[in-house]
Amino acid sequence: MDFWKRLLNIDRRIIYLVIAITVIVPFFLPTGWPINVTYEVKNIYDYIENLGPEGVVLLSADYDASTLAELQPMFDACLRHCFARDVKVIVMSLFPQGVGLAEISLKRIAKEYNKVNGVDYCFLGYKPGGSIIIMGMGSNIRIPFPSDYYGTPLKDIPMMKDINNFSDIDLVISFSGTGIVASWLYYAHEPYNQDIAWGVTAVMASDYYPFLQSHQIVGLIGGMKGAAEYETLISKPSLATSGMDAQSWAHIMIIVFIIIGNIGYLAMRKKERRM
Amino acid sequence: MFLKRQLPLLITLVCGIIWGVQYFIPHPASEAVYSFYTDWGLVIGLFASILGFVSIIRLHYMKVRHHAKNWQFSVVTLSAMPVMIVAAILTGTESGGAFMWLYNYVEVPIEATMFSLLAFYIASAAYRAFRARSAQAAALLVAAAIVMLGRVPVGAQISFWSHLFPGTSIPQIASWILNVPNMAAKRAINLGVGLGMMMVSLKIILGIERTYLGGQE
Repeated sequence: MDFWKRLLNIDRRIIYLVIAITVIVPFFLPTGWPINVTYEVKNIYDYIENLGPEGVVLLSADYDASTLAELQPMFDACLRHCFARDVKVIVMSLFPQGVGLAEISLKRIAKEYNKVNGVDYCFLGYKPGGSIIIMGMGSNIRIPFPSDYYGTPLKDIPMMKDINNFSDIDLVISFSGTGIVASWLYYAHEPYNQDIAWGVTAVMASDYYPFLQSHQIVGLIGGMKGAAEYETLISKPSLATSGMDAQSWAHIMIIVFIIIGNIGYLAMRKKERRM
Repeated sequence: MFLKRQLPLLITLVCGIIWGVQYFIPHPASEAVYSFYTDWGLVIGLFASILGFVSIIRLHYMKVRHHAKNWQFSVVTLSAMPVMIVAAILTGTESGGAFMWLYNYVEVPIEATMFSLLAFYIASAAYRAFRARSAQAAALLVAAAIVMLGRVPVGAQISFWSHLFPGTSIPQIASWILNVPNMAAKRAINLGVGLGMMMVSLKIILGIERTYLGGQE
């Protein structure tokens, strides 16, 4: 087969193998390239940084295991930041699968910072309904969540005594790989002026820049890179930071394959024109 | 006929008008209606979950019964459901129980593996589809490459010229692409989608669009 034609028809198994090697090797040979912080992530960091112990942040783990690699590190980083600043944290989920993932993180990170359930944080768990839940919370959190995940009535949880609806919450951060983040905008920000921020997958991030510029959202954490930026800001490098090398090399390899494909394509086109 | 066609249309019309108007009336009576609705909405949401559960059982049961294509997977689904329910009833849904063990060590790895395969498919698809067939395709190609490099740390590392020309590093160019041309296009799309949603909502409220009733006129 012609060399140029070969460039156009690389076996997909070779591509898979190269990508696999590219993703695995950096975990053993890290390059440690510095991570530049973007303003959309810094905005969320600054917001939480300026909250005192009376501040309340609601983290909504609206994701499942399929987007775990991108969203869990940013959830963890935000939670760590809140606990480090002694900000009160409410954790909930609009996805049934998000509850388990959030609970694991919450218990682990609360232990790291010696935080107590019901005093420093409250885990509301999951309720079906999506936007209806958000609307209900706007009137009174006790409508959709009369008790926390463990069955304790909210009236018996010290931290929740003065928290009734969105007017008592400073910031809501929704982490999701779906359009459910927009429900927080429609039903929490617009009717109640609730400050909100989003943590989304990298592929979704470009969709949400208009809301950032219009100041409808405080900030945006996009993909593993966004999570790595947040880890850099709180000086707690973790999963996202360690994944950045693999992601860098994977992106480089994809670009290399695109270049190879285009060289083959342009050469073949030139050849066909000559003929 | 009345219960199947006219009544749902009437409920949609009345509720659609009430909620359309309610949003713009900041009055305690309006707030009471809103609060009443959210209570109802929660109940409807719970029943919808039950309906979904029954529906999935029915779908997979029919697949197994008729030996439809890949019916074996339906057996797995139907078997997994009672296992998870029993595990949740017996050990609770908190971490440390059988339910969470199954979730963490079966469902999470399966879902994460499925999604991680995307990286391989994307690499293969990008190699085959991203061709500079026209000037527009070439522009898209260059923009995609810049954003891909700009969104990872290596982008800043290879921008060796940025000391001579400040503001031209790959991450800065990527940021400009996302914040200017991308945002302009997205905003136009969002406005179009918004207007479209409004039109569809009006058509549903006024009973012009009736496919949600089952697709029969």
